[in-house]
Amino acid sequence: MELILRALPLLFQGLGVTLALSGLAVAIGANLGLGLALLRRSPSRLLAGFARAYGTVFRGTPLLVQIFPFYYGLGQFEAVRDNAPLWWIIGDGARCAVFALALNTAAYTAEILLGGLRSIPSGLLEAAEACGMSRALRFRRIELPLALRQCLPAYGNELVLVLVVKGTSLASTITVLEITGHAKRPMSETYAIFEVFAIAGAIYLALNLLLIGLVRLLERRLSNRAPPQAASAHSASEPKRTARPVSPGA
Amino acid sequence: MEFGLVAFWQDGWVGAILRGASVTIAVSLASMLAGLVAGFACAVVKWRGLFPLTLAVDVYTSLIRGVPELLGIYLLFFGSVELVTQVATAFGFARFADSGYAFVIAVIAIGAISGAYSTEVVRGALAAVPEGQVEAARALGMTGPRIFRRIVVPQMLRIALPGLDNVWQVTIKDTALVSVVGLQELMRTAYIGSGTTRHPFIFYAVAGAVYLAITLASQLGFNGIERALRGRARG
Repeated sequence: MELILRALPLLFQGLGVTLALSGLAVAIGANLGLGLALLRRSPSRLLAGFARAYGTVFRGTPLLVQIFPFYYGLGQFEAVRDNAPLWWIIGDGARCAVFALALNTAAYTAEILLGGLRSIPSGLLEAAEACGMSRALRFRRIELPLALRQCLPAYGNELVLVLVVKGTSLASTITVLEITGHAKRPMSETYAIFEVFAIAGAIYLALNLLLIGLVRLLERRLSNRAPPQAASAHSASEPKRTARPVSPGA
Repeated sequence: MEFGLVAFWQDGWVGAILRGASVTIAVSLASMLAGLVAGFACAVVKWRGLFPLTLAVDVYTSLIRGVPELLGIYLLFFGSVELVTQVATAFGFARFADSGYAFVIAVIAIGAISGAYSTEVVRGALAAVPEGQVEAARALGMTGPRIFRRIVVPQMLRIALPGLDNVWQVTIKDTALVSVVGLQELMRTAYIGSGTTRHPFIFYAVAGAVYLAITLASQLGFNGIERALRGRARG
């Protein structure tokens, strides 16, 4: 019992690390993913091919196989050891984990975002072009907001389940002390295995519920401002509540 | 000392990598099968609405999805060393207890995870089979189990195939996690190799390439099956 009381503050400390890892990884990875999605759509075959290869590699290999080479692998190269900023990143377990998680989530983010972009009815794009919008403006004002709203369920899923829960727990394998990292020692050294698992698991589940709840809240808030059938080709041009005649409340 | 691909070939690491890859595939297949059995059973439970079993299934899927696999693997591993060794010895498999132990843990852990995902896929596929088919079959006088066996399941399998392909991809990638408890699969081989030769990058690059090869081969396989099944359907 007292073992559990001793483990509890450590596990909550780990919670802070988990959140920090996830937050930083998302901040970097989401932007990277946006860039990758843009690359995929570019007319240059080299850039599009690179983006597609990136996605295949980072989604087709296990996250562990991506983390380990960063932590253990890059250090073998002289060029990396002498390069101060690079060493700063991969020298520390936590920073390395953030980097690896960011690269991984960028690949999934790009895929989800592309799905959202593909689901936009072409009528909207043609209307924007007819109004004289440049491609960049059209992307910024029309495509991106619509795509984001469309892919929010899938993206929320990817964020919470894949990144926060599973991704950060893998950081424990390169000495990062987040929740799983703090749970491993009690589990391997004492007999209170199930208790520690239960507490750590409960923390993860609570985190899950909280984050998924936030995502659902965001979804609902975003969809309140749009007409009920925002995704269908015809009623998207009939705004019910907004006064502007062109864009459907985005 | 340069440790390029040539030294890799000559020092016999290729064999080790291939052995590791075969263990990975073996674990993945066993887990996928176990997961399909469990997932199918759970999906039918939810589809039929057999309360209170549906509650158990919900708890199961929520737990697996909400708790990281690594934690579950640690639980199974640290929690059952004694138990499994005793059971294995009782059955006369004491020799295999050590090496086969991690394999059994791996299949149980990854199988449970795969089962949770399979449950969702199969449940969605069962719900997607048109109701009218079941009603027509009943009008023709077919009985429940027969309807299930001859009408629902074949169509459900075809609908579930893309989702099951996804579950398979996740299963393959999750097997890498079991390397942390010592199972000598692909990831573990790369780890040992990189530690021994102090040239980690090439080992992880090769391991990554092998995982990609398995992934892409599976993708082709699934596409082939999908095409074959679509040929037999009537539109």
